Formats: sequence, structure tokens, C-alpha cells
Amino acid sequence: MLPLIKREIVEKKKVLTDEEFIEGLSVAQSLPGAVAINTACFVGRKVRGIAGMLVSVLGASLPSFLIILLITSFFLQYRQLEVVQNFFRGATPAIVALIAGAVVDIGKSALNDWEDLIIAFFLFFLLFFLELHPLWIVLIGGILGVVRRK
Amino acid sequence: MIYFQLFLAFLRVGFFSFGGGMAALPLIEKEVVDTYQWLSNGEFLELVTLSELTPGPIGINCATFTGFKVTGIWGSVVATSAFCLPSMLLVSLVFRFLSYFKENAVVQHFLRGLRPAVIALIGIAAYSLAQKGIKDWFAIILGIVAFIFVYWKKVDPILLLLLSGVAGLIWYGV
Repeated sequence: MLPLIKREIVEKKKVLTDEEFIEGLSVAQSLPGAVAINTACFVGRKVRGIAGMLVSVLGASLPSFLIILLITSFFLQYRQLEVVQNFFRGATPAIVALIAGAVVDIGKSALNDWEDLIIAFFLFFLLFFLELHPLWIVLIGGILGVVRRK
Repeated sequence: MIYFQLFLAFLRVGFFSFGGGMAALPLIEKEVVDTYQWLSNGEFLELVTLSELTPGPIGINCATFTGFKVTGIWGSVVATSAFCLPSMLLVSLVFRFLSYFKENAVVQHFLRGLRPAVIALIGIAAYSLAQKGIKDWFAIILGIVAFIFVYWKKVDPILLLLLSGVAGLIWYGV
């Protein structure tokens, strides 16, 4: 998806230089929210201020919004059908596998850092046993980062 | 009132969804299934599958779906806007103080500290979905086979989901 954004913004429309785009991207990835939306905010803001930001966010979110709206309106009518239910029953283990694969991928980079790994387990147990709201996990993780100064 | 709740729920999701869509799933589940009970466990599972099968950010997909399920099209508009609002606020803020943001030690340590949090969040997302959706031996075997494919990166995620869904149709009946 990001090469797609880059082609539009840097190569075709030339509204940002390569450097500005990379800088915007690094900010977009570190802030909360969807990277595509954050990148759109950054580009819009840079080119035409607040109005530019509103327009580019609208452009970045509208296609997904419309696609999901269309799918949802059909899906909610037909989700009870056995054929639909059985398809989703089959797809669920694959979703779990995809997410578990992401844990392994990201976890590998933490394996070199025992402190990170121990904190990840600690936060997982907070979610698992205490069922804390995930926003607390984000805050605790961030604050531990500040305390550890790394 | 319901619009206000939708707005607040997805505002919270927008503000705290660091580290991509998968890490945002526990946050979305907490708001949408546990706190407000807008979706059942089954509907949430289906939503996650639909989000993976369609283009676009998971957060946007979940906001649009949930809003529509709860109150129709205006619910979608409110939830999706609420999800995007923190991005706009934070990018505007950071934009003004870009060099400060990039050089401030506290901000950078905080962001660095999110790495283990993201691993924990994706881990609990995998556990929670497995607990909700893997209920028999066939699903366990399918999950293991799918994981092997994911691990060796031999298959496109969308193709994997479709094949797995078709396997479901064959096993459980059409």
C-alpha cells in the first residue's frame, strides 16, 4: 500500500519530495491510528493546511468505508445462512494462524532483548488474567519505556 | 445517545491503536463486544475475517461495520469519523512541533516502550479469536496447517482465508 501512496504523492503529483515523504511516513507510523490515514493527514496538512488534511482523509477513508458499507448491508441479511456460517467457521482458524504468525514475526525481533520479552509476557498476563482495558496496556508499556530510558 | 457512545468508543480506539490493525483488535473487541455489546462473539469473528478479506485499514472497516450494525449508515459515518479524528488531531499537533517530537527523549522512549505492548496485544488477539472460533478437532488441524503456511510465507493471506473457508464448507457442509 505504501509504494502506492508514494507513487501518487512523490512521483506523479510531486507534492512532496522523497525526503519529506519519508519523514512524514516515520511520523505516521509512530502515531496511533491507521498508517494510511496518518500518512494522508500528513500529506494533506503539508500541501494545503487543515482543509487539505480533511480532504485527503476523506479520500483515504471513503473507498474502504463504501466497500464495507456495501458488504455489511448484504452480510447482515445473509449471515445466518448455514453456508455463510460454515465458510466463516472454516476461515477462523486461518485468521488465528495469520495473527499468531504476526506475533512470532514481531516477537522474533524482541528475542534479542530479554527485557522487552519479559515485559511483553507481563503485559500479556495483565490482559489474560486481569482483563485490563487494552488502552492501559499501551500506557503501561509506554511509561515503562520512559522509565527504562531506552 | 447511541451516536455519542459510538463516537466515544471509536475515539478511544483511534487514540490508542498503536502498532497496526492487529494490535488494535483487542481494543476494538473490548469496546464493541464487552463494554457496549454491539456485536456478538460470532459477529466480531466474522468482522475480523471480513476486514482481512477487504482492502483498507482494519480500524476503518470495524468502525464502518459496527456503526452500520448499530444504527445504520449515520452510525457508520459517526464511528468512522471518530476513528479518524485522533489521527487528524495528533498529526496537526506533531506537524507544528515536528523537530521537538523527533528529538524529545521522553516521547521517543515512550514510543520505543510500546514494542512489548504491541506483542502482548497481538498475542491476546490471537488467543481471544482462537477461544471464540476454534471449537472442534477439524478447526484445530486447519489452524495448525494454516499456521505452517503462514510461517513459511508460502501463501497470500487472502488466498489462505478463502481456501480455509472452502475447507470449512467441505467439512461442515454447504
